[in-house]
Amino acid sequence: MSTTLDEMTVRTRATTSAELASGRESRETVGDVTSANPRMVCRHVDVFYGSTQAIKDVSLDIGKNEVVSMIGPSGCGKSTFLRCLNRMNDTIDGCRVTGSITLDGLDIYDKGLDPVPLRAQVGMVFQKPNPFPKSIYENVAYGPRILGLTNSKAELDDIIEGSLRKAGLWNEVKDRLDKPGTGLSGGQQQRLCIARTIAVSPEVILMDEPCSALDPIATAIIEELIDELRSNYSIAIVTHSMQQAARVSQRTAYFHLGDLIEVGETNQIFTNPKHKLTEDYITGRFG
Amino acid sequence: MNKTPAAGAPPKRAIDIVNASLKRRYARERRFRFIGLSAVILGLSFVGLLFADIIAKGHSAFVQTYIQLPVHFEAAVLDPDGSRNPEVLARANYQQLIRDALRTEFPGVTDRRETRTLYSMISVGAPTQLRDRVLANPDLIGTTQDVWLLADDDIDMLVKGHIDRGLPENQRRVKDQAVGWVEQLEAQGRIAKRFNTIFFTNGTSREPELAGIAGALMGSFYTLILTLLFAFPIGVGAAIYLEEFAPKNRWTDLIEVNINNLAAVPSIVFGLLGLAVFISVFGVPRSTPLVAALVLTLMTLPTIIIASRAALKSVPPSIREAALGVGASPLQTQIHHVLPLAMPGMLTGTIIGMAQALGETAPLLMIGMIAFIVEIPSGFTSPSTVLPVQIFLWADSPERAFVERTSAAIMVLLAFLILMNLTAVLLRRRFERRW
Repeated sequence: MSTTLDEMTVRTRATTSAELASGRESRETVGDVTSANPRMVCRHVDVFYGSTQAIKDVSLDIGKNEVVSMIGPSGCGKSTFLRCLNRMNDTIDGCRVTGSITLDGLDIYDKGLDPVPLRAQVGMVFQKPNPFPKSIYENVAYGPRILGLTNSKAELDDIIEGSLRKAGLWNEVKDRLDKPGTGLSGGQQQRLCIARTIAVSPEVILMDEPCSALDPIATAIIEELIDELRSNYSIAIVTHSMQQAARVSQRTAYFHLGDLIEVGETNQIFTNPKHKLTEDYITGRFG
Repeated sequence: MNKTPAAGAPPKRAIDIVNASLKRRYARERRFRFIGLSAVILGLSFVGLLFADIIAKGHSAFVQTYIQLPVHFEAAVLDPDGSRNPEVLARANYQQLIRDALRTEFPGVTDRRETRTLYSMISVGAPTQLRDRVLANPDLIGTTQDVWLLADDDIDMLVKGHIDRGLPENQRRVKDQAVGWVEQLEAQGRIAKRFNTIFFTNGTSREPELAGIAGALMGSFYTLILTLLFAFPIGVGAAIYLEEFAPKNRWTDLIEVNINNLAAVPSIVFGLLGLAVFISVFGVPRSTPLVAALVLTLMTLPTIIIASRAALKSVPPSIREAALGVGASPLQTQIHHVLPLAMPGMLTGTIIGMAQALGETAPLLMIGMIAFIVEIPSGFTSPSTVLPVQIFLWADSPERAFVERTSAAIMVLLAFLILMNLTAVLLRRRFERRW
């Protein structure tokens, strides 16, 4: 772990449109990227799609029992960064990741590490609700079943009930567990996906714009749920809604054209941003 | 529209320009619709013409002419020692019985040539018909029964009206005398057309009235079963590997291009390949469903691979991500989630490939399926022919009665093809998911 990162200096830089467009060199991050109690530690992460660099030298911690939100204009690399955390980018051809990302001190890009169990530890909720075209029960049961987490039907039933309860869906679906998951409403589907994710007891949950396809009421339910889940899991959430970031997260990271521009306490980022770009974005000057 | 209005003239409003062009735009649309509709009607009328022609020519093959004669099952001919031994009964001279019956029926015929004409009215298959009757019921021996005997194909054609009775005698295959006998029998109600079960239960034959499609149908059945067994797993496996696991590089691009090329290779080339490789090198017995299936597998593989890849591509990536996200391995993701969703599309492609294989003739001529085989094939390695080849062989035969049998066989083949394509459509409807 490099110590220079911990002593970031505030740098004021002119942001001309020419510089925005070029953006060749990586910018230094403003603010403290570390967490007091880190679960995932990312240092100097670069991501390339073929020859284009999507993420430039990003370092960020995700702490225990903490919600870290990532904001920034479209195409800034926040989703790409999120997908590095459970090696989901492995499935994309020509994607290359350098730097180090550790989970509880273990390098997840180590040659000998198997990404399959990693993804059980670092769960993911996607932008569009993507339940399997199977019953509600099967949706939640799939993870524990293939990972061999249970020995009996009763245990599995307990896990399913617990996961659905934690996802706040149990009361709505307990009488129709055998009905297809795709028949639920959008918000319910997304909560089903969250239940499916927590059924395999992950340590970190990654959420990639989980509410972008939902109405305000469903969004409010999910946000409440995220706050409750914080007591058991570390959560990293990518969002386009600054209000949402302000409501659910403790720390906020602002990405811009592949650079991590500024990290800080959510309150500080939204009330007193230090970097000009962050300020421009949250005041709605672009993005 | 690019022109600027002349100074002083009132500026033309955009809506006026739009209105002016509206009529032309609608006319163009009407023209396009008319052309499209006429293309569809033209296409359908060709199909209609094809079906009408085949059905008009072939429908009469589903009935067969029979002649009723009182046959005396003469004990002295059939069972001289009275032992009722089935072996003796099987080898007896049943033709004698028929000839006797004919002579009794038409006592005036004595001339040798006339007698030959008279005998030829009844099919050479009729003695077998009598033998089967006697073997099933030996008590018939010594009695006289009215038996419906299979008529010869020329008589059959005459009765069905395919031979014009008004033509001069030397221009038709049936002699005036025979026409007279037939008219006499018709007047007595002793000529009848019955459903042609022989057509569905016999193998092929030199005699049209004894020729059936059962042999070719069984050959096609065995061939298709094997083709399915070979082509489906290989095709789906190749598609899954190429689509989901293979790295995207120059090699896989090359493979993809070649698969697409292979789909366009003339089928006779596959036949030559089968002859050179499967028969000459590996010594697979020729003229068998096995070698036919190997050749047709090569031919249908590209179809199945291309259709399966398209089916896999249409499974949304979010399902793969969801499965990977809860810790499924790539193979589990494929087998548990992607494959079930892609299966209807894969099956559709496979059925279309099988229909293609069912209708294929050219490559099979190369590997000996053109052989004249009377026996109904009993397995994957017994010599056989297939439906389209049978049609080809019959279409080549000079007898008038084979014309209608050819059309009838085409009808059977078309029925199977329509059935298979219908299954493909239904499968797609039934299991298709919308996202």
